[in-house]
Amino acid sequence: MTTTTVPTQDRGAQGGNEGADTSPGSTTGGPTGIEPRADGRHGRNVNPKRLAGYAVLILFAIIYLYPFLIQIATSFKSDPEAAAHPLSLIPNPFDLSAWKRMFGLTSDTSVPIMTWLGNSVLVTVVITASRVFLDSLAGYALSRLHFRGRRLMFAVLLAVMSVPGVVLLVPKFLIVTYLGIFDTYSAMLLPLLVDAAGIFIMKQFFDSVSVSIEEAARMDGASVFRTFWSVVLPMARPSLITLTILSFQGSWNEFTHFLVVTQSPELKTMITGLASLTSGELGSGTQFPLKMGAALLTTIPVALIFFAFQRHFVRGANEGGEKG
Amino acid sequence: MAKRRTNIHGREGIAGWVFTAPAMIILGVFLFVPIVMALWVSMTNWTGNVDPFGGGPNAAFVGTRNYTALFLQDGLARSNFMQSLGNTFYYVLLVVPLQTATSLLLALIVNEKFLRGRSFFRTAFYFPSVTSSIAISTVFLFLFSNTGAVNGFLKLLGIDGPEWFSDSRGLLHMFFGLFGAGDNPGWGQGEIFGRSLWDWLSGPSVAMCVIIVLAVWTTTGTFMLMFLAALQDLPVEVDEAAMLDGVSPWQKLRLVTIPMLKPALFLVITLGIIGTWQVFDQIYVMGKGAPAGTTMTPAFLSYKTSFTSNAWGSGAAIAFVIFLIIVILTWMQRRMMREDKTPGRLRRAAGLARLTQSNRGTASANLAQNNSGTGPES
Repeated sequence: MTTTTVPTQDRGAQGGNEGADTSPGSTTGGPTGIEPRADGRHGRNVNPKRLAGYAVLILFAIIYLYPFLIQIATSFKSDPEAAAHPLSLIPNPFDLSAWKRMFGLTSDTSVPIMTWLGNSVLVTVVITASRVFLDSLAGYALSRLHFRGRRLMFAVLLAVMSVPGVVLLVPKFLIVTYLGIFDTYSAMLLPLLVDAAGIFIMKQFFDSVSVSIEEAARMDGASVFRTFWSVVLPMARPSLITLTILSFQGSWNEFTHFLVVTQSPELKTMITGLASLTSGELGSGTQFPLKMGAALLTTIPVALIFFAFQRHFVRGANEGGEKG
Repeated sequence: MAKRRTNIHGREGIAGWVFTAPAMIILGVFLFVPIVMALWVSMTNWTGNVDPFGGGPNAAFVGTRNYTALFLQDGLARSNFMQSLGNTFYYVLLVVPLQTATSLLLALIVNEKFLRGRSFFRTAFYFPSVTSSIAISTVFLFLFSNTGAVNGFLKLLGIDGPEWFSDSRGLLHMFFGLFGAGDNPGWGQGEIFGRSLWDWLSGPSVAMCVIIVLAVWTTTGTFMLMFLAALQDLPVEVDEAAMLDGVSPWQKLRLVTIPMLKPALFLVITLGIIGTWQVFDQIYVMGKGAPAGTTMTPAFLSYKTSFTSNAWGSGAAIAFVIFLIIVILTWMQRRMMREDKTPGRLRRAAGLARLTQSNRGTASANLAQNNSGTGPES
């Protein structure tokens, strides 16, 4: 019994460290790495509780991960195979036609995924860069600079933040139509260049950092922007990373905004394109391998960024904690 | 003080305006002004093909008629809206308890110090919360298709799975059917808001059950992290005292842990209820309200009424009704949390989640950040 449980635990622990460890304890190793093992040795004699714990964890891990595995496997299946063996994780025969179609290697151009991908990259890069800069600029001003109307601005910001996205569908359509930019890149980008929640996060961060260093810089005669750019922003790295991840994820996954402000197929992003593919507007038949492949392509960037940055995150958060 | 006052007019004051100007202009033009415009449109009969502010027969001011039509007048607007409210009621009734119980269970287990590989499991449970709702809905559409994985699995158990997405039968109707209540029996004829009692008592349709499963599956990870944050906040002394008193684990959970998790439970439940009013993406991908309107949610109805049926005034009115409901729920939540003296870590998690709740992914990432520094192992 013990020999069967131990390898599972080890694999689990390794997976956590490589993939997406969020805890500072295990990245630093040391004491936390040893303690559970000592604990484990004691618990090995009487372990119905541990066994039950692992049973539940593994059952749920299967429920949470199996759909993703099926998604990957299905994208390499043929249409009939996907329908005949929906549960199998091994494509037989191994079929690349869904992927070829996605990368434009076939004559079928009804699903222009490369166009979608290009648009997604464009909006994500522009929106993320803009939000990181403008949100921190505004957050800094609201936290540190004394000017008339600051309180009112902050109150407006809080009010705007509490408006749920689903309420904004009609308003967003109205304004882009009114401004005559419906179905353009401007309509897709301009409204998302700033987000209230990002400003709020940056303001909270600057509120928590001591003013002494920037005051010294300003005593030396540096301008407000100069102080912000070369003294304050470098200190704000942990929060800037947070903001980058949030903006990346938010703009890559954005759906409703692009849905209501565009209509041309050339302006579809991965998300709006996938939505039209899935809801049956493009092509005929179930096309499940193609849909799974497109969904996978949509998931990969966010997953990669998220897991890659998490470790960064821990380090950043700790540094911030020491300074603050 | 005197120094500050001069600063307001000095270069700091100018810098303040310059720094905030881009953000304020964008938020003003693309959020504040449009909401006011939509409020006007919700009081017109605008059909979408003329200037909404120009008046005339296709953009005439109708006062509160679009709002009263949703509640008080017999007609399509009301019957659709009432059906979407009924659907939401059953959705809340199932999703909120299921996601709360599951996320609490997972948090309690993942928090157990004697288990190894906890960070792996935490990541696994949390992963669905990070990905796009459109991508996940696509996967679920395949899993629950007639020849999909779920029916394949049921076949292994010897069960013939239903045609999930075209089955509009309500679960409660099927249950009543077991006792011989036929279709639309005499006792269910009374009408409430223009909808028969029998229709109100339909229960969630089979198709809606798929969306309920999807919602529970995608939200548990986020809420698990909230419970984990709360568990980290619990004082160690209480744990030790309970251990010394020889309390059984079950008693400790029931009498010590859960009562102390009250603020977190409250938060998760209210966030869950607020979230159910915003279900949109899943509905768009998984049938747009079909079959027979049994998966229609108020948010999607607002979109469909405006963008598909071109009844923009009515669609905007639905959006403002949802807005009002969410504002009331949020206000109640804030009040209760303030009285509860919620511990810092959970309050931060809650704050960020609330701020960004319009974007599920964003809220999740925020929570991850909040928990990253305070993971169970630290």
